[in-house]
Amino acid sequence: MRVVFPFSAIVGQDEMKQALLVAAVSPTIGGVLVLGDRGTGKSTAVRALATLLPKMAVVTGCRYSSDPATDDKKCVDGCNGHHGVNGQKPEVSYVPVPVVDLPLGATEDRVVGALDLERALTQGVKAFEPGLLARANRGFLYIDEVNLLEDHLIDVLLDVAASGENVVEREGISIRHPARFVLVGSGNPEEGELRPQLLDRFGLSVEIRTPTDLAARIEVVRRRDAFDRDPEAFVAQWAEEDAKIGALIVAARDRLPNISVSDAVLEQASKLCMILGTDGLRGELTLLRTARAVAALDGADEVLSDHLRRVAPSSLRHRLRRNVLDDAGSTVRIERAMEEVFGK
Amino acid sequence: MSEPDAGPGASSPWASAALAAALLAVDPVGIRGASVRSLAGPARDRWLGLLREYLPEDAPMRRIPTHITDSRLLGGLDLASTLRMGKPIAERGVLVEADGGIVVLAMAERLSAGTAGRIGGVLDRGEVQLERDGLGLRSIARIGVVALDEGLADDERPPTVLIERLAFLLNLDNVVESDLSAPVIPPSQVAEARARLESVTFPDDIMVALCSASVALGIASVRASLLAVKVARAAAALAGHDAVTQEDAATAASLVFAPRATIIPSGEPQEDEPPPEEPPPPEEPSDPDQPEEPQDEDDSDTLDPQELEDMMIAVAQAAIPDKLLAQLREGKDVRSRAQSSGGSRAGAAKKKGRRGRPSAVRAGEPTPNTRLNLIETLRAAAPWQPLRRQEAAKEGRTATLVEVRRSDFRCTHFKQRSETTTIFIVDASGSSALQRLAEAKGAVELLLADCYVRRDNVALIAFRGKAAEVLLPPTRSLVRAKRSLAGLPGGGGTPLASAIDTAWMVATACRDKGQTPVLVFLTDGQGNIARDGTPGRPMAEADAIASAQALRVSGFSAMLIDTARRPQPMAQKLAAEMGAKYLLLPYADANAMSKAVKATAADSVAAEGRIRG
Repeated sequence: MRVVFPFSAIVGQDEMKQALLVAAVSPTIGGVLVLGDRGTGKSTAVRALATLLPKMAVVTGCRYSSDPATDDKKCVDGCNGHHGVNGQKPEVSYVPVPVVDLPLGATEDRVVGALDLERALTQGVKAFEPGLLARANRGFLYIDEVNLLEDHLIDVLLDVAASGENVVEREGISIRHPARFVLVGSGNPEEGELRPQLLDRFGLSVEIRTPTDLAARIEVVRRRDAFDRDPEAFVAQWAEEDAKIGALIVAARDRLPNISVSDAVLEQASKLCMILGTDGLRGELTLLRTARAVAALDGADEVLSDHLRRVAPSSLRHRLRRNVLDDAGSTVRIERAMEEVFGK
Repeated sequence: MSEPDAGPGASSPWASAALAAALLAVDPVGIRGASVRSLAGPARDRWLGLLREYLPEDAPMRRIPTHITDSRLLGGLDLASTLRMGKPIAERGVLVEADGGIVVLAMAERLSAGTAGRIGGVLDRGEVQLERDGLGLRSIARIGVVALDEGLADDERPPTVLIERLAFLLNLDNVVESDLSAPVIPPSQVAEARARLESVTFPDDIMVALCSASVALGIASVRASLLAVKVARAAAALAGHDAVTQEDAATAASLVFAPRATIIPSGEPQEDEPPPEEPPPPEEPSDPDQPEEPQDEDDSDTLDPQELEDMMIAVAQAAIPDKLLAQLREGKDVRSRAQSSGGSRAGAAKKKGRRGRPSAVRAGEPTPNTRLNLIETLRAAAPWQPLRRQEAAKEGRTATLVEVRRSDFRCTHFKQRSETTTIFIVDASGSSALQRLAEAKGAVELLLADCYVRRDNVALIAFRGKAAEVLLPPTRSLVRAKRSLAGLPGGGGTPLASAIDTAWMVATACRDKGQTPVLVFLTDGQGNIARDGTPGRPMAEADAIASAQALRVSGFSAMLIDTARRPQPMAQKLAAEMGAKYLLLPYADANAMSKAVKATAADSVAAEGRIRG
C-alpha cells in the first residue's frame, strides 16, 4: 500500500477533521460532504482517516466483509455471520477499514458489481463479481469531485446509500448484498452544483477554505515538502499523534451508547431547527447524533449546549431551504439562529 | 549559473519558457507540468523539441487528443485479446504507458472537465486507479503534463482542475522568431541536475519567504506554493547548488507566481493603490511586524526574511505578463475570471466525448443512434458458451473461443436530450430604474433556482452604458451566477442592439456545443444607444429592430419580460420582431415566469429535435 499523509499532520481545517472523526465514531450519521477551494487537502484528509481507524473483524474470505459478530444469515457469500457454515464457527481475521475510491471514470458494472466475465467465459458459470459497493461495506466510499460524477452513477449511489443494500438485477443475476458505508464526497462548488437529493444523503457538510493565516500556510508547505521527500520518515514522525487520535476514536465509540441528552438540550436542538426551517426531521436527528458523537470524542457524559453549537453548522448547512433571494450564505443564517437560541 | 539567459530575471518570454522546459525535465513528477498557451507554430514546436531533448532518452512523451476515451486514457478491457484468449485481458491506458515521462494534451482548451479531472487525480496520486469494464487495477503513472492551450479568447482556457495543478503557465505568443536561436541550457546539465535533485536541501527562511510572497501576490491556493517549492529545488539542482538559494527561489516565484498573481502588493512605487474590489487574503505581508517565527533560527548571512520576501515579490512582479498586469492595475476581477474558465468549459467539450449521456444498455442490434457495447454483449453471451459449444460440435464445426449470437447484442443508448442553456439578458440601464433592476435581479434568481433544479446551464449578459457584457458565460454553478448578479451595477444608456447581438453570439456558441439556448430578455425596450455606441433614440431603435430580426432568423427560442410599469409598445414590438414571447413583470409572479421559461425551453428542445432528427 502506498504511504499516505498522516491525519494528524494536516494543518488546521478543524471543522473537516471533526466531521470525519464524527463519521468514524458514529457511521449512522450518514456521510460527510467536503466542499471548498482547490488544494485545501480534502482528499488528503479522507485518505489519511483510513489509516487511523482500528482494524475490524471480518469473516475470513467473505467478499462482503461480513461481521463475524452479526446474526445475519443472509450473506450472499454464504458465510452466515457468527453461525458459520455447517455448524463450524467462522474463521475471523482483522483487516483495515476499507476506504474505497470511486474514481470519476468508473463504469456502472464496477460500481454495483456484475457477472464475472472470466468465469462465465471459461467455465460457463454464472457468478457474481462484487463491485465497489460491496468492497466499501462497513467502510468508507470516497468520491473526489463528486459534483462531476455522471448522473447515472449518482442515481445508483442515492438508492444504495439510503437503503444500505445493493440490489443487482442484471444479465440474469439477481442478488442483494449489504452495502452500508459512510459516503464521503468532496468537490468544489465552482465546478457545478450537487443534486439536492444527493446533498440530503450526506449527514454533515463542511466548507473549507484555503488557510489565510500565513504561518499556517507555511506550515502546510513545509510538512508537505517533508512528506514528499521522505514519506516513511515523515509518517513515523507523526505515528504517535495518529495513534492518539485512533485511540480517541475507539474510546468514543465505546462511550457513545451511554451519552445522555437532557431535555433542555433536546429543546434547544428543536428550536434551532424550527428557526432555520429545515425540512423534515433528518436535520434534527443528525444534529443530535453528531452532538453525541462530539461529546463522546470530548470524553463528556452528556451532550451540552456547547456541543450542539459546535456541530450545528456542519449538520444543518446543506439542509436549509434554498432562499434564492437571501444573499446571506447558509453559514451566516445558522449563526444568526444560534445566537437566538443560545444567546451571544 | 553560467547561462546568461537562465537567471531569475530571465527577461525574454522565450528564455523563461526554455528555462521552464529544463526545470520540468529535471523533476516532471514534482513540478507536474506546464500549460503552454500558443497557437501551433515554430515557437511551440521548438519548446516541445527542447523538452524532448532535456528528458531522458527512454522517457516516453505521449500526445493525447481531446477526444480520448476513458478506456484509452486510463486503461480498460483489451477487446481483441479478450476475445482471443476467452478471458478478460486488461489494456494499459496512455497515462500508464507514459509513466516516467510526459503526457502532451493537444488542444487542452477543448478538454472536458471530466477528462481533466481524471488526469488531475492521476497527477495527485501518481497512479491510475482503474474500475472499469470488470477490471479493478492500480498502476503506477508518475507523469508530468504539458497542456497545449490554443485558446484565443480570455475564457477559452483548459479546465481549471488541470491547470491549477501545473507549475508553469507559459505563454509563447510573444516569442519572436529571432529568440529561438538563442543559446539554451545544454541537455547534459539537465541530466546532472536530475541526479542531484534528491540531495538539494531547502533552507527554512527561503521557504517562508516563498510562501509569504505567494500570499502577498494574492494567490489563494496553497498548491502554488507547493509547486514553487519543487521548482525552486529543481532550479537549485540545475544551477549546481547544494541548497536552494535566493536566486533559485526567485526563479520559482517568477515562473510559478507571476501568472497567478491577483493583486499587486501594496507599497509598490509606480502604482496608486491595490485593486479595490475582491478582498484578497487579508494578510498584509508587507507589514513589517508580520510574524515570521522561524526568523530566530535564521543564521544565513544574506538578506533578512523581509528583504528576501520583497525580493521575491519584486521578481515575480517583474514577470507578470503585461496584459494581466494591466488588468490588475485596473482593479479588474482577475481571480473570478481565472476561475470562470474551468466551469465554462465544462459544458463545452462534453459533446465530443458523448452523444447525450449514456442512459441504458439494452438488447438489440446497433442502430445509428446507439453503440454496440462489447462488454455487455460478452456478458450476455457468456452463460451460453458451454451449450453453444455443444451445438457447434453437433453441427460438426469447431467452436470459436467465444460463440456470440445476434441475440447477445447489447447496445448503449444515449439520452439525446441536449442541455438547455438559459441566457438572461438583463437591462441594467438608467431607464430601468434602480428598483426595477432589483426586481429583475430577483426574477432572474428565481429562474436560476429553477434552472438549477433542472440541471441546466445559465448565462448572464448585462447591458448598460455603451455596450453589453457577458457577465457569466454558460455555467451550472448557482454560486457563480449569484455572485455575478450581486455585483450587477445599474445606470447609464440602453445599448439594446449590442445586447441582442451579444445574446445572439452566446446563443450560437451554445448551439454549436450541442446545447439548446433559450433567451430571456429583461428590459423595457427603450434602447437609446446605437450599435456603434453613439447615443440617439431613432438610430438605436432601428438597430435594435434589425438585431431582433436577425435573431429571429436564427430561430432561437426567446422571451421578453417587460420590466416597465405599463406595457411598452416598443418592448412589444421588439418581442414580435425577434419572435419572442412577451410577458409583463407585474403580472408575472415567480411561478408564472418560471413556467413560461420552462415552456419556452420545452418548445425549443422539441424544435431542435426536429431540426436534428
